[in-house]
Amino acid sequence: MPDAAGLELIAQELNEVAPGSVSGTYHEHGQACLIVSPERVLDVLRWLRDTPGQEYRFLASLHGADYLPARPRFGVLYELLNMPRVERIRVRAALDDPGEGSLPEIDSCVELFPTAEFHEREVYDFFGIVFRGHPDLRRILLPEDYVGWPLRRDFPIGGEPVIFTRDEPSVPRWFE
Amino acid sequence: MSATAHPRDRISRTAAEVMSRAPVELTPEGEVLEPEQELMTINMGPHHPATHGVLRLLVSLQGEVVRDLKPVMGYVHTGIEKNCEDKSYWKVIPFVERMDYLSYFFNMEAFCGAVERLLELEIPPRAKYLRVIHLELNRIHSHLVWLGTSALDLGAMSMFFYCFRDRDRILDLFEMSTGQRMHTRYFQVGGVFEDIPLGFERKLREFCAEMPERVEQYLAILDRNEIFLRRTRDVGIVPRERLLELGVTGPLLRAAGEPWDLRKVSPYLAYGDFDFKIPVGTVGDGYDRYRVRVREIVESVRIIEQALDGLPEGPWIADDRKYVLPPRHELSTSMEALIHHFKLVTEGFRVPPGEVYNPVESPRGELGCFVVADGSAKPARVHFRDPSFVNLQALRDMCVGGYVADLIQNLAMLDPILGGIDR
Repeated sequence: MPDAAGLELIAQELNEVAPGSVSGTYHEHGQACLIVSPERVLDVLRWLRDTPGQEYRFLASLHGADYLPARPRFGVLYELLNMPRVERIRVRAALDDPGEGSLPEIDSCVELFPTAEFHEREVYDFFGIVFRGHPDLRRILLPEDYVGWPLRRDFPIGGEPVIFTRDEPSVPRWFE
Repeated sequence: MSATAHPRDRISRTAAEVMSRAPVELTPEGEVLEPEQELMTINMGPHHPATHGVLRLLVSLQGEVVRDLKPVMGYVHTGIEKNCEDKSYWKVIPFVERMDYLSYFFNMEAFCGAVERLLELEIPPRAKYLRVIHLELNRIHSHLVWLGTSALDLGAMSMFFYCFRDRDRILDLFEMSTGQRMHTRYFQVGGVFEDIPLGFERKLREFCAEMPERVEQYLAILDRNEIFLRRTRDVGIVPRERLLELGVTGPLLRAAGEPWDLRKVSPYLAYGDFDFKIPVGTVGDGYDRYRVRVREIVESVRIIEQALDGLPEGPWIADDRKYVLPPRHELSTSMEALIHHFKLVTEGFRVPPGEVYNPVESPRGELGCFVVADGSAKPARVHFRDPSFVNLQALRDMCVGGYVADLIQNLAMLDPILGGIDR
């Protein structure tokens, strides 16, 4: 893990290479995180992967998160790993909710990290975050005809009502 | 296609046109391919014993050769991650156990470790050792199930019985120490639920003394099995660089020659105290994957023995009443203990806002748990980076260009657990 000072240095260098890319950092529980703007996320990831001295070449994981009611609402988090130094750094792209009828969009990082293919499909499946340039962006775990983005915080858990035989007269055609 | 073709060819040709998007009908030189060389897309699974769960594969075949492969999953998706958001932290533990149902202790460790990091809660040394013992037993258990079922796929019927015999001894040990054979809910935030009972150590030592000998027996059965050798050697090789690109971890990566093991590189719990080796392969074929896993069983036995030798005395759960239930006997004498007990059981403990990613080395690779806490008693997001889910992406690279019969072998050596993939 880069320490708090090292994280600030990375953030500073990134803002010089790609202006306006890093909007914040935090370092907690021994883990470092860069908060970046979604437009520049590919620049940040490419810089972290290819710059000598950084070389975070392994994408360990990619998660989506919904920080409702905070704004920006969504986060796409990349857990990068430098295997020789055993250092991890997290990159959080903060996405805003574009409102009713449209989905938040971010660039896909499959070109940089082929492992992201399934991860990004999963985030799309659960949060409705569209990854531009993803080769095959479909739902992965839920059925193809599922409606809604279930891991958003405003999606109710719900459930199916249990219809007992004795209640059948009161709920006609329940099996439809 | 000539008019004299056998009707069966026409059927397969129709199927190819309907099911695969781009049927190959011409070679680059413009020659018409023979009917048996055309691509035919077939569906494998989801219900098939050789898919080790409910996995569906869309396979494009050219004759007997696999040309393309697409996994389709989600058949056992149960929405565990969403349900976790509605449970207080200590109630999440039995949920996450049921994701990867062969390595339940690892799921617990990933989650409990993440919460302990968020709370900055230090767990006592005895709890660390007890966790290591159970984790390594679980690793042996998972590898035994893998070995038995994979050998069964390749026709070595007796391996299944031998492996499940020894696996059952591990389940008996789990039953002795935790009360359950599977899904034990043994790890708690702050330590473990209960100390090991009397007699557990003796039974465990007996098991550890016998296990290396058993491993030799397995090796003797399989290493002289001509069918097994021919079907695993030089099959399913993916270069190490490609595996790293695809995010593959665990025995698959180690079989390709990369000595990457989180127990060694970032020792969590008490793994820094033990002397053990990381088995690595050289070629990265199915045979190496099998050898790496079998050697890992022996290394896990060594870790357990060392952990038993060095098992520290003392409490097995942290003494922090804000997060850990008070001992039972205090409830009738101490008002504070009763209040703490009541608060913990009804509301659960609150976790300060923050987010952590806690990776552990599961039998299948890096199992990471990402937890977002919003300050309440329920997690705002629990996400599991399941190794089977990520490793499955390597199946296409393993199978394309090989025979369809080797697909079964490759899938078996991949060791996917569909409960973990679909969550």
